[in-house]
Amino acid sequence: MEYNASELMIINAARLLRDGDVVFVGVGQPNLACNLARRTHAPNLLMIYEAGVIGARPARLPLSIGDPTLVSGASLVCSMYDVFTLYLQRGNVDVGFLGGAQIDRYGNINATVIGPYDHPKVRLPGSGGSQEIAAWANRCYIMTPHQKRRFPEKVDFVTSAGFLNGNGERQAAGLRGGGPQAVVTNLGILEPDDSGEMILTALHPGCTLEQAQENTGWPLKAASQLRLTEPPTTEELRILRDELDPDRIYLK
Amino acid sequence: MSKVCSLKEAVASYVKDGDTLYAAGFTHLIPFAAGHEIIRQGRKNLTLARATPDLIYDQMVAAGCARKVIFSYMGNPGVGSLRIVRSELEAGRLEWEEYSHFGMITRLSAGASGLPFLPMKQTGAADLEKANPNIRRVTDPYSGEEVVVVPALNPDVAIVHVQRADRSGNAHIWGILGEQKEAAFAARHVILTAEELVDEEVIRSDPNRSMIPGFIVDAVCEVPFASHPSYTQGYYDRDNAFYLSWDQISESPEAVRAWLDEWVYGVQDRAEYWQKLGAETHERLRVTPNLSSPVNYGAY
Repeated sequence: MEYNASELMIINAARLLRDGDVVFVGVGQPNLACNLARRTHAPNLLMIYEAGVIGARPARLPLSIGDPTLVSGASLVCSMYDVFTLYLQRGNVDVGFLGGAQIDRYGNINATVIGPYDHPKVRLPGSGGSQEIAAWANRCYIMTPHQKRRFPEKVDFVTSAGFLNGNGERQAAGLRGGGPQAVVTNLGILEPDDSGEMILTALHPGCTLEQAQENTGWPLKAASQLRLTEPPTTEELRILRDELDPDRIYLK
Repeated sequence: MSKVCSLKEAVASYVKDGDTLYAAGFTHLIPFAAGHEIIRQGRKNLTLARATPDLIYDQMVAAGCARKVIFSYMGNPGVGSLRIVRSELEAGRLEWEEYSHFGMITRLSAGASGLPFLPMKQTGAADLEKANPNIRRVTDPYSGEEVVVVPALNPDVAIVHVQRADRSGNAHIWGILGEQKEAAFAARHVILTAEELVDEEVIRSDPNRSMIPGFIVDAVCEVPFASHPSYTQGYYDRDNAFYLSWDQISESPEAVRAWLDEWVYGVQDRAEYWQKLGAETHERLRVTPNLSSPVNYGAY
């Protein structure tokens, strides 16, 4: 069955979620991944949104991070200060989704600025919730197209910490969360090795290591046991297309 | 004591040139009507603080109200770039001060609690600390470890939109609560806009739903549909189509000028704005009722 890059990334991200995970969800593709997981292998997934919604059950596709459909039918609504303190800082979040313009060799993310901070060449939106999610969620996942400009050796600005400069720097900084555990791209999946360097651990059907290396800004290593991901199933595609995003807003 | 007045009077009395303003609401309950009234009254040199500047500050910056923005996520939520604030920053014409969402609401919480600052755990991402000297570190006197601190934010004025309030300003809010309460307690003056003015008895029938006590409120304005194109839970939906169309309008200064002329300067108040939106938009944003189960407070 045919599928596009967005569908491939969302489905592979959904498979990384475990039943019972408490997930700090972002709008767009992460929201689709979480709702897909909840309708397939993870019915007990608990979705938290940074606007202060706990246990959301969105009946329609949320088009913003504060969509009213997140509230109707949720188990709890709290202030933003509560969601960042009682839930995130306290250590009650298993999974966070992150995104950004640049992701580097050690999984650090830039969502703030290209060029110098005071005289930006391109001003990006900034952290939002991601600085703290990256630090304190047990596991973080990233979905991004695999392009050289998105994967520089070093980010221009560290908005959210990955493994910093590698070799235990993250652990030394005393962050409770485990950092980025997977970057899902349209070519495959990158995961951290023991030093915190992001290496290719899986390829999607039809994709090659050379393709991934050509589209990465550092000499991309491959795991000794390079996996091949299972192609999206008919059922996964059906849920995404027919139930979750019928207007193809995030499945483009 | 009644604090009821028109929004025009409230803005004239409590928003001064050069003030620091916090227009509260995280996606939900954004007080657009008040933002537009501030534009009509020609306020200048404001410092505009909000976690997400959203279209309300894009429009106020475009209208020349602002000297500076304080923010933690500068995007058009669900759409992309917030073009006007962004291009003014890139051009060096607008000062800015930046935090993460948590840093921003921690500043408000400190301000709301009467504290000089509040600590947060470290995040390992130190570049914003280097860029913003307001983000500092102190040693936790108990563990000896460093924590990150941000100073209290005490805006001159907070504007808070709510579902319903009584004439003294006791207010019920439901749906996404964002930083409404913190903004109100942190500010020196509070302007409340409400979808409905209700009898005190309505508020007293459900005190757990009251987020803001009247005694910290300066002005209460009954302004139905005050948050469009944002939304009010249970009253009307978010106008996602307008958020999308702003992406195009804000591409050209002429289009922005024309939009402000038509929709802000060209109308007297929110009632006229809402009428002008027309029946089709009203219908598109209408919400089917979905009532909660009543709670029993008991008669004691």
